[in-house]
Amino acid sequence: MIRDALPLVRALREPTSVKPLTSSQWTELISVARAESLLGSLAHRLKDVSVPDRVRAVLQDAIEAHDLARQQALWEADCARRALADYRGKIVLMKGTAYVAADLAAGVGRSIGDLDIMVARDDLPVVESALLDAGWEWVKPDPYDDQYYREHMHELPPMIHRERDRMIDVHHTTLPLTARPTPDAQAILDNAIALENGLHVMAAPDMLLHSVAHLFADGDLAGGLRNLWDINLLVRQFSEADEEFWMELNIRAKTHDLVKELERALRLAARLYETPVYRFSAGQTQFADYFYVRRLLARDGYGRETRKLTRFAFYVRSHWLRMPPVMLARHLWTKWRKGGTPPK
Amino acid sequence: MAEMHQILLKIGPAAFRIASAWRRPLEELEALYRDFPAPTDNSVDFTVRLEPEKPWRRFIRPSVHIGGDFWLPDAAPLPLGQGLLAAEMGMNLQMALGWRRHLLLHASSVEKDGKALIMTGLSGSGKSTLSAMLAERGWRFMGDEFALLDLETGDLVPFPRLISLKNKAIETMQQVVPENRFGPEMKATPKGDIRHLIPPTAAVARMDEPARPALLLFPRFGHAPELRDMGQSEVFVRLTQASTNYVALGEAGFHALTRFVDRVPTKAMDYQSGEQAEALIQSLWSKLP
Repeated sequence: MIRDALPLVRALREPTSVKPLTSSQWTELISVARAESLLGSLAHRLKDVSVPDRVRAVLQDAIEAHDLARQQALWEADCARRALADYRGKIVLMKGTAYVAADLAAGVGRSIGDLDIMVARDDLPVVESALLDAGWEWVKPDPYDDQYYREHMHELPPMIHRERDRMIDVHHTTLPLTARPTPDAQAILDNAIALENGLHVMAAPDMLLHSVAHLFADGDLAGGLRNLWDINLLVRQFSEADEEFWMELNIRAKTHDLVKELERALRLAARLYETPVYRFSAGQTQFADYFYVRRLLARDGYGRETRKLTRFAFYVRSHWLRMPPVMLARHLWTKWRKGGTPPK
Repeated sequence: MAEMHQILLKIGPAAFRIASAWRRPLEELEALYRDFPAPTDNSVDFTVRLEPEKPWRRFIRPSVHIGGDFWLPDAAPLPLGQGLLAAEMGMNLQMALGWRRHLLLHASSVEKDGKALIMTGLSGSGKSTLSAMLAERGWRFMGDEFALLDLETGDLVPFPRLISLKNKAIETMQQVVPENRFGPEMKATPKGDIRHLIPPTAAVARMDEPARPALLLFPRFGHAPELRDMGQSEVFVRLTQASTNYVALGEAGFHALTRFVDRVPTKAMDYQSGEQAEALIQSLWSKLP
């Protein structure tokens, strides 16, 4: 029985490592990959490796499912573009949609859920009302949540399209306003790169740093292996394409207040996915790295979450990072009285 | 973490690993699927997990949470006595959310002379019971839950899992099928009283043998016997609603479904008893090319 997600990491890193797997090990690997939303990426990595017939069929299913997800994500982005046709500011695509729209390796086989876009904070009312006019509506019509999002979060409360049933998250920066690092949203917008259809994606260093912020400063590392796989692919592609990349990345990490987070992401990516990283960008190995690896790999061969205590520690940490203590206490108190869970 | 017990099952083209914190649901499954062949090379498509809702619920008033490769966030747990139902629901869930090799229709189906009769409709329409009944009267049972349409050939591929009988259908089938083909009776489940029925031997022996779709019915139980024509566009829209993966298949799903609607004659059928339904079906079947 697989005790952690290491076999998945190994298969992604070194596709031929799957050759000696038995049927039951394949079954376990597939369950782990599905649970970590990495089966599509794995399927693409294993295209040229010989695998048992039924495994091939499962991998082919994953490739086709993600081809369609890609098409739907691009369609959804275009729907938003048309809804905001009169808006003069930049509309920046984020995360998975940006990777496929910019045709990056990180978009190949990646699962994409909601549409994430970023616009200037001052323009939020205009963008919001244009989207409402075009058929999106609020998901959580709760006054506390609504006010909480508007005062403290990096995005509007989520909206869903009433006909297509797809969610959109409209961001104005990359981290909650209450989080300790404060990325420079204006710098991201200023440097964003226009695509042919008029939508934008972040410039390479900003895109990578957003992925880093998303991994460490905005959650309990759930889905972390997938995020780190994104980071691995972005680093490989950007650093091969541009000699200046590491230098720009270091400068931008300072701009966005994400130097430590970047260092840790690069160390973890190098450790798990053998990402070739520039040594001075990755900083010194720290004892805490061990806990991050432990958390990232906490999954067994049935696809179950394991290491409950480690997970809980990272859950607490995610809230700690997201807001100052007094505010956290007030927030949890309000949510507890309402019988809900904190917004993610 | 606590170890799990597991078994592998193959039903038609799909193979499953069922993992469970308790032995009992797996022993029940093993007994009921005793005539089914094991998956080739022990290779499977999906994992279903039956786990305690909370760790202590493994022992104290055990309650089964249905999980696996594909899962729903709001699935209600079931008591351990209904673990068999949980396993079946878990397998259905994997198919509904994860299967892409065929277009899935929520429908029952039976076959005769290489031609398939497909019955679809809302819960309570009697499609499951009708397929079980016809299977005892000279038809080959192909499935009571999902009809699988081949995306290339348009053929219907069998998925002859256990027949899930509900409420009055249990008694009806007990009159014609020997007791040793029934699973344990589960009272007052979220879907009513449920008892599983093992499909006839031929259905299992020929579960890799497809058939050509020849007739589609929308049965409705409890109304005076009548056959009605249906417009193709209505049939199409109702089948998109009856399909669990029509949207997920994109263009391939659209082509498979339009071809099906173009080629397969369709009727709405009202009936009040099995005999009436059989007579109506026979009247249509004898006129097929």
